[in-house]
Amino acid sequence: MTLVLAFAIGAAFGFVLDRIGATNPNVIIGMLTLRRLNLMKTILLAIGTGSILMFGGQMLGLVDVGHMSVKAAYAGVFIGGLLLGVGWAAAGYCPGTAIGAAAAGRRGALIFVVGGLFGAAAYMATYPMWKASGLLDDIAGGKVTLGSVPGSAYESIWTVQGDLLGIALGAVFVAVAFALPQRLTGDATGKLPAE
Amino acid sequence: MLGNRELPVKGEMFRMVCRPDTKGDVEMTWDWRLGGVLLGAVFFAAVLLVKPIGVSTQFVILDAIVTDVVTPDFITKTADGYTSTNAYMAKSNGKYAGNAANPLNYSFVFVLAMAAGAFVSTLLKGGIGQQERRLPAVWRANFGETPWKHYAVAFAGGFVVLYGARLAGGCTSGHMMSGMMQTSLSGYIFALGAFLAAVPTALFMYRED
Repeated sequence: MTLVLAFAIGAAFGFVLDRIGATNPNVIIGMLTLRRLNLMKTILLAIGTGSILMFGGQMLGLVDVGHMSVKAAYAGVFIGGLLLGVGWAAAGYCPGTAIGAAAAGRRGALIFVVGGLFGAAAYMATYPMWKASGLLDDIAGGKVTLGSVPGSAYESIWTVQGDLLGIALGAVFVAVAFALPQRLTGDATGKLPAE
Repeated sequence: MLGNRELPVKGEMFRMVCRPDTKGDVEMTWDWRLGGVLLGAVFFAAVLLVKPIGVSTQFVILDAIVTDVVTPDFITKTADGYTSTNAYMAKSNGKYAGNAANPLNYSFVFVLAMAAGAFVSTLLKGGIGQQERRLPAVWRANFGETPWKHYAVAFAGGFVVLYGARLAGGCTSGHMMSGMMQTSLSGYIFALGAFLAAVPTALFMYRED
């Protein structure tokens, strides 16, 4: 049963990633150069939608709070984010979209995935060094949510009710998605016109 | 010729925008409102039915599967699970070692299915043009016909992205999307780092649209 779900949700994810343009490096670089923000609007709306559905579902008792999986906060999260950002912008792919783009036939994406396998192996080899450096040690409580989610095992940094905060923040993401212009910079008569 | 004008095609369910890119290929992208709601629904479905979406761990799992074939002592069975000669694989009571020993697990199949989903979507769109598959239009606009340079950057980019994702403990899917959706602090820290580096890098490298 889990494998059926893995296949169904995974395939849906890959399909949608492709249809929102996320597997296209032209679209990714258009977003990161702030020339075309359609994908940014899509991502913000998706985070907001997911958040509202999940926390709303929890409040109605329809969604198992135990399915949440919160990752730890540590200095390496920020450093790793910076590294990922550089490669993401340079190549136009992130791990998930590269796999989709490789499947779609983009040669650069396939090479990105091979590079990624080497990068992941390099991290496996150098993990003891990072561990010893203390940069993987928890900050601000480690696996924490912003608000206190009723019934969850995770600590929170604020005492506000976490599911309500989740819905409120979800609404903020949706609002920002709508408020964000299609483009911030670039030539208005560009070759790839915004909507 | 389609010219520079977009041709909106309105279906009952799917509002699509067909736009010619710089090489004249027509790509089909969903309206951001439809795309955002559907992407959010997929992330919700994952957490409703199983667990939040994540991808980058599976690069490590595939590495471990390959390594274990070459050097069979890499992953070993213990009384209560699996362990590895590699400290990263052995951490959290050998969770990664166990997943690599049993590749038919949820997360690994999820990533394989993701590739299949993107492939089907591309097929239904009629595929990507030969030119574009070889070299994205934005690369050509900035660096000309230099496929090997593009492949070198793609390799280095993949290396740095996965190294960074493993250091951070997740990538754009796991940290940024799933993380911020769950209001987890780490998701916000990750997204801040990623965009802080990505926007200047993109502006510096890709001056031409």
